[in-house]
Amino acid sequence: MKRVTKGVLACASVLVLATLASSCKRESRTLRNEPPQRGLYDAARESTNEPGGKLPKIGMPSPAEGNAYAISQGQRLFDWYNCSGCHAQGGGGMGPPLMDRRFTYGSQPANIYDTIVKGRPNGMPTWGGRIPEFQVWQLVAYVRSLSGSEPSAATPGRSDGLEKKTRAQLQ
Amino acid sequence: MQTPKHGGAPTASNLHSPQPEDGQWVMPSENYDATRFSGLDQIDTQNVRNLKVAWTFSTGMTRGEEAAPLVVGSTMYIVTPYPNYLYALDLTQNGALKWVYKPGVDPSSQGVACCDVVNRGAAYSAGKLFYNTLDNYTVAVDAQTGRQVWKTQLGDINKGQTMTMVPLVVKDRVIVGNSGGEMGVRGWLTGLDAKTGKIAWRAYAAGPDSDVLIGPNFKPFYDEDRGKDLGVTSWPPGAWKIGGGGAWGWVSYDPELDLIYYGTANPGPWNPDQRPGDNKWSCTLFARRPETGEAIWAYQIGPHDDFDYDGVNENVLVDLPINGQTRKVLLHPDRDGYVYMMDRATGEVLSAEAFGYITTSTGVDKKTGRLQLVKAKSPGFGKTVRDICPASPGAKDWQPSAFSFKTGLLYIPHNNLCQEVSATAANYIAGTPYVGATVRMYAGPGGNRGEYTAWDPVAGKVVWTIKERFPVWSGTVVTTTDVAFYGTMEGWFKAVNAKTGQQLWQFKTGSGIIGQPTTYRGPDGKQYVAVLSGVGGWAGAVVAGGLDTRDGTGALGFTNAMIDLPKYTTRGGTLYVFSLP
Ligand code: HEC
Repeated sequence: MKRVTKGVLACASVLVLATLASSCKRESRTLRNEPPQRGLYDAARESTNEPGGKLPKIGMPSPAEGNAYAISQGQRLFDWYNCSGCHAQGGGGMGPPLMDRRFTYGSQPANIYDTIVKGRPNGMPTWGGRIPEFQVWQLVAYVRSLSGSEPSAATPGRSDGLEKKTRAQLQ
Repeated sequence: MQTPKHGGAPTASNLHSPQPEDGQWVMPSENYDATRFSGLDQIDTQNVRNLKVAWTFSTGMTRGEEAAPLVVGSTMYIVTPYPNYLYALDLTQNGALKWVYKPGVDPSSQGVACCDVVNRGAAYSAGKLFYNTLDNYTVAVDAQTGRQVWKTQLGDINKGQTMTMVPLVVKDRVIVGNSGGEMGVRGWLTGLDAKTGKIAWRAYAAGPDSDVLIGPNFKPFYDEDRGKDLGVTSWPPGAWKIGGGGAWGWVSYDPELDLIYYGTANPGPWNPDQRPGDNKWSCTLFARRPETGEAIWAYQIGPHDDFDYDGVNENVLVDLPINGQTRKVLLHPDRDGYVYMMDRATGEVLSAEAFGYITTSTGVDKKTGRLQLVKAKSPGFGKTVRDICPASPGAKDWQPSAFSFKTGLLYIPHNNLCQEVSATAANYIAGTPYVGATVRMYAGPGGNRGEYTAWDPVAGKVVWTIKERFPVWSGTVVTTTDVAFYGTMEGWFKAVNAKTGQQLWQFKTGSGIIGQPTTYRGPDGKQYVAVLSGVGGWAGAVVAGGLDTRDGTGALGFTNAMIDLPKYTTRGGTLYVFSLP
């Protein structure tokens, strides 16, 4: 603690000179970091290689998980936001298919949430700030239902359009 | 480096007969008249069966290879799909890599490319190669060193634009156009200064006449195409701003008339109920001045297009004997299934005869020039329309044909597809698809999804046809010795007798072929034939994009017609070069 205080003092004295304000940040050093945050566990993992061994998973639960209403809303939004223009009814086109279980960026709700909000480098648009959070979760649930990752009891039995088939219908 | 035969302005006499053969191939369509005819004669109908692989080169890519291998002097140039590398290969060293130019393309552009991330190649002129990148830049690269001379931004992926076409270099203009008819773009053709890359003019496909570069010299042949600001008044208010009509296909040039020819793409969205009116100037053939872009004539092939029948296919410029008179014509095999033979000075339709199976129209009215549509085949809200033939990729898509000065026939690689469509409300969000149609395509009558057809343009008749399992999505080349080459999506590269259609030779390449074959004389004096193998494009998206075939509506409905393609081919780009032993 002492040394940290010293650093702050040194910084303050530089400030007095009022010329090198930026050097303050440059010179300060944090010698002991905050204890690990929950956020570190929560981050959606996109790799299964966890250096130094597995850590307990907390995960980010989806408020829409397994909810039939959310999934059917997600299906409507999938057309509304033109997701279907690039991913078709899950078979893909300009974007990759979403009805197989091969997700490059992870298939957990938190992964798909990240995909939608942040976008992905090879052409998935970033929707953060455009789609309200509750709708993102509805989309997450619908996307997962396409590959049968949501409970089949919750996925729509009949589709709105001629060509819309969920995984459950196909099986 | 030798001087290419097309480096400067070709002479007028070039158009009446094949241009003197110098053994090079300096632009994908071979010459300004886009005939893809070669005067090389070492490979003929007798010895072609001995053709062997001379050397190969891996492009390192897994997406569709639609480009043409160019040959300038003793160097070959190829452009890859995204990330649009330009490779220079040394023909004195069996294609050893000389250099590679990497333009640095924004990876996000891959998401807005409607139909795989293809590129149709570069054009050579006066020491430089010119081509377009998926993220909307035109680049000029020094042909000797591979160093970038200039790079100009022309469009924005955030508006759904991409660029995939081949520039045409005329005098000191590099002429380029945009893609994105499925993304609500505003289509244009642009002329750049070849030396500096500065934009000299831009001609939009819709909007007020001043934007379309329609002025006092604009003289369309038909009444339907006359009137003020039709690019605004033939649309619902404002719809022209997101109405498509890109210029992603071919541009050809007649030096004597000093006119460039090209067609504009489909209007957007596909759902026709959302854009009542003729939607000018989508699906239109334009003749313009290369220097200024000024429109001289226009002919709207598909007023109020219902089917995504882009008008972008090649315009082959030849002089033909018609009713005892030599006429300067252009031959345009369109998506709608007709070969349009037009007077290229005036824009008059001399004939429009069917080369494919058509249920969507009954022909072109000779008086008005208007396509006669079959109303029952029009998609719209609240109905599913079946047996729409040809399907959206048309009886023929981008795959360029070739004209033989020997046989007088046009060799057309094409499709035989039909579809069903249900229209939905398209919601415009910039940078995302603007389509409004759920489509499922399937094989047309006979079950063969592709054809390779020899067409007599004067008689307006098919001479012979070869049926193929999949759409013939490759280009073609025909030689003075009556050998025609094309590739199939299974990966067969074929040579056929241009007179009879008899198959003479075939070779199985590593992946499906959708590229443009070319032929050239090597530094050793031998004739070579080159083609890129590497499946993809709209037709091959099911393999190139790893699509899930359980959803037939994938790839804008093309998946449904290509469910079995993954059984026949896998991805991977390789250049093949063949010669006689
Ligand atoms: C403009 C085309 C486009 C639109 C619109 C679009 N996507 Fe995508 N999407 C893509 C592309 C391209 C990728 C692949 C990105 C990559 O690999 O980097 C992708 C990737 C994804 C993935 C990740 C797949 C994986 O393998 O991990 C998901 C999930 C997804 N999109 C869902 C959606 C949803 C939900 C919407 C609508 C809110 C949407 N997309 C809208 C093009 C699009």
